[in-house]
Amino acid sequence: MSNEIEAIKDPGLPAHVHRRADTDPKAAKKAERQVAILFILSALGTVTMIGSYIFIPQDVFIFFPVLGNTNAHQLFLGLGMAASLFFIGMGAIHWAKTLMPDEEVVIQRHEFRSPDEDREDFVATAKAGAAAAGLGRRSLIKRSLGLSLGLAGLSPLILLRDLGPLPKDELSKTSWKAGTRLVTDPGDRPIRAEDLEVGAVAQTLPEITKGAERALSDIGKDAVLLIRLRPEEFNLDAERLSWTHEGIIAFSKICSHMGCAVALYEQQTKHLLCPCHQSTFDVTRAAKVIFGPAARPLPQLAITVDSEGYLVAKQPFTEPVGPSFWERSS
Amino acid sequence: MTARERIAGSVANYVDERTGAAAWMKKNLNKVFPDHWSFLLGEIALYSFVILLLSGTFLTFWFDPSQREVIYDGGYQPLSGLKMSAAYASTLHISFEVRGGLLMRQIHHWAALIFMAAIVVHLMRVYFTGAFRKPREFNWIIGVGLLTLGIVEGFLGYSLPDDLLSGTGIRIAEAIIQALPLVGSYLAFFAFGGAFPGEAFIPRIYTVHVLLLPGAFLALITVHLMLVWYQKHTQYPGPGRTEKNVVGYPLLPVYMAKAGGFFFIVFGVTAFLGAVASINPIWLYGPYTPGQISAGSQPDWYMGWLDGLVRMSPPLETHAFGHTISWNILIPGLIVPGILFTGMALYPFIESWMTGDKREHHLLDRPRNAPNRTALGVMSLTFMLVALINGGNDIIATTFHLTINQIMWFSRIAIFVLPPLSFMITKRLCLSLQRADRDLVLHGRETGRLVMMPHGEFVEVHEPISPEKAWLLTQHEQNPALALDENDSRGVRRPGTLKNKLRARLSRAHAVAVPKVTAEDLKEIEHH
Repeated sequence: MSNEIEAIKDPGLPAHVHRRADTDPKAAKKAERQVAILFILSALGTVTMIGSYIFIPQDVFIFFPVLGNTNAHQLFLGLGMAASLFFIGMGAIHWAKTLMPDEEVVIQRHEFRSPDEDREDFVATAKAGAAAAGLGRRSLIKRSLGLSLGLAGLSPLILLRDLGPLPKDELSKTSWKAGTRLVTDPGDRPIRAEDLEVGAVAQTLPEITKGAERALSDIGKDAVLLIRLRPEEFNLDAERLSWTHEGIIAFSKICSHMGCAVALYEQQTKHLLCPCHQSTFDVTRAAKVIFGPAARPLPQLAITVDSEGYLVAKQPFTEPVGPSFWERSS
Repeated sequence: MTARERIAGSVANYVDERTGAAAWMKKNLNKVFPDHWSFLLGEIALYSFVILLLSGTFLTFWFDPSQREVIYDGGYQPLSGLKMSAAYASTLHISFEVRGGLLMRQIHHWAALIFMAAIVVHLMRVYFTGAFRKPREFNWIIGVGLLTLGIVEGFLGYSLPDDLLSGTGIRIAEAIIQALPLVGSYLAFFAFGGAFPGEAFIPRIYTVHVLLLPGAFLALITVHLMLVWYQKHTQYPGPGRTEKNVVGYPLLPVYMAKAGGFFFIVFGVTAFLGAVASINPIWLYGPYTPGQISAGSQPDWYMGWLDGLVRMSPPLETHAFGHTISWNILIPGLIVPGILFTGMALYPFIESWMTGDKREHHLLDRPRNAPNRTALGVMSLTFMLVALINGGNDIIATTFHLTINQIMWFSRIAIFVLPPLSFMITKRLCLSLQRADRDLVLHGRETGRLVMMPHGEFVEVHEPISPEKAWLLTQHEQNPALALDENDSRGVRRPGTLKNKLRARLSRAHAVAVPKVTAEDLKEIEHH
């Protein structure tokens, strides 16, 4: 080791420098007063807090620069509480720093390693214990114990089975069927093609019977975004083009990456952007991913109009909507 | 004997006769704690944990952890008549009707941010000073565990109000679970009690958030502190400080007053933040529904790096044999974080393997004197920072009028380029600082006074530095790299050549240093 010849010797702890309060009773008295003032400030803080709780109504707002319009009740409650706590701490520390002994103390460390004798004793005891139980000899007991403990350890897994149902094909299907009307969300109004102007976007859900409740888990799969372009703006193959209606195209609103709602539509570029991870989809090319981490386009819903002229689904989604999962085949 | 002394005496006697505590107390009340501002970082984490327990308990009295649908008819007019979960409605109730409720919510959230920040900075202090070395490896691992649990606990906490922002976070967590090969969709259905979002998740994570994880925290923190107590605190090098002693202030009264006082200061500052700094105003986001979202969706900062990694991931998915593997989720969401945290937990053992150093260390390293370790730390931080910046790419884009694509491409390249670059720069900087230390010891401090010599030359007067300072700059060890010959003493090739080569290479990199001042150097200087 290169430390054997030390060039410079450890000069040892520097001599202690006394504080003024250690030698000058006047300074000590002054420090004592300062500590007391800090503690009194804390008490005043608590009084402010109690006063605010009782006397400031909850609906008073006052304007402060930087903070803006602030609820006076909660502001003064908090400020009082902050002061009451903060000044206790300041007082205690000021006390420790000015009046309590500040001479550094040296203690020695002890080695953690047990003495050899103890270690040997320990090994002997452990061995004797194991031998007394016959752990080494009675392999039948050892193995059957291992088996029983292992099986007992599995039982929580069994008991947790009822946490939820099996997924079955839940992740793969939505409420959309051939002929399901698209209705506005919110509002639940059916939509005619002419209700949407070119460039407009509408958030829709499948129609449900009057009075029925929509579960959030259905919305999480069914949400569909309608966008109307000029038909010539599309760049789709014949099949996908037949899924649109007079320039109206429908996509699942649930991001194919991690399931956020793809809610940002840029009218100029005709891009859909997911606010979570910025996956960007090109509406004119069947929501092809043009940027970001999403690996698949948003599933397109084939739409047409029914006899009354309302927009309906032509068929269910042809692939699962939302984020990927192991059983997904494409 | 005064009456007070008599009462105290009989109480002490009563306790001691039943526990024998006096012997232990006598020894431990005089325990010495070294003083340094950076030793307060762990304390901040501890105190904010206490604040979290107190403010969190307050919130449970009114919070209703249920996803049962209710119609809101509370005091916040803009949401009046809206359908929402009882969890969200009760959070609004706490914010607008319970006196001090909003204050406590904000204190709780601020304390959580401070808790995580303190843990991270404390971890950095421990890492860069080498405090994790033997015998403190257990405490390092417990610390990494606490950090990991803290991230989970924080995420579950801000998910509880069931607002539009937090619900989106849960949606992303669900997608990560669902992406697991083989078991993903099953685990997701078990966790959520069916299809997302269901009505089971909030009540379940509530139990985890207020019971299971705080219990784990208490257990781990207790062991963490007991080990600090038993092993005694590390100390910075300096005159009079050795591997064998502890220099500092006794527990009673100085350390107790300072630490106790510091608790109140941390609490006071947190309360001040809760009073003046609005945080997580859930009433602005609205209730969660899977069909909606707001722009600029951001997680809390300690999750931001994870989100940033997910955002920068390339669109990779494998579709084969009727199955899908989402690399774009698995790599940034599970594999990279898994490697990072495992590597972090194992680092003490890796370093000890590289250097072959199996001795105890109680004197801290100055970061410059361990250039390799310091550079590795800065490299990891740079990685995290790039990821974190990308996690806020939308906010940065709108603030600085850039496009998201520019920031994303910057991050995608920077995450590979900047960490190695920062490693090299840091290592050079450390060595330069060592060189500066050496110069300081050899030639003293530059005084800025110029003197004209009789022959006309101008020289600057150097003043020798104090013996204390000189000691500080030269006390560190400089160990040579491991000598791992390919052949053993009998000339036979060792097994595991590749492993040995790697170890020798790493050991050499770790031992790079500017030689510190030796006795010969000083002698030579005197001759001049």
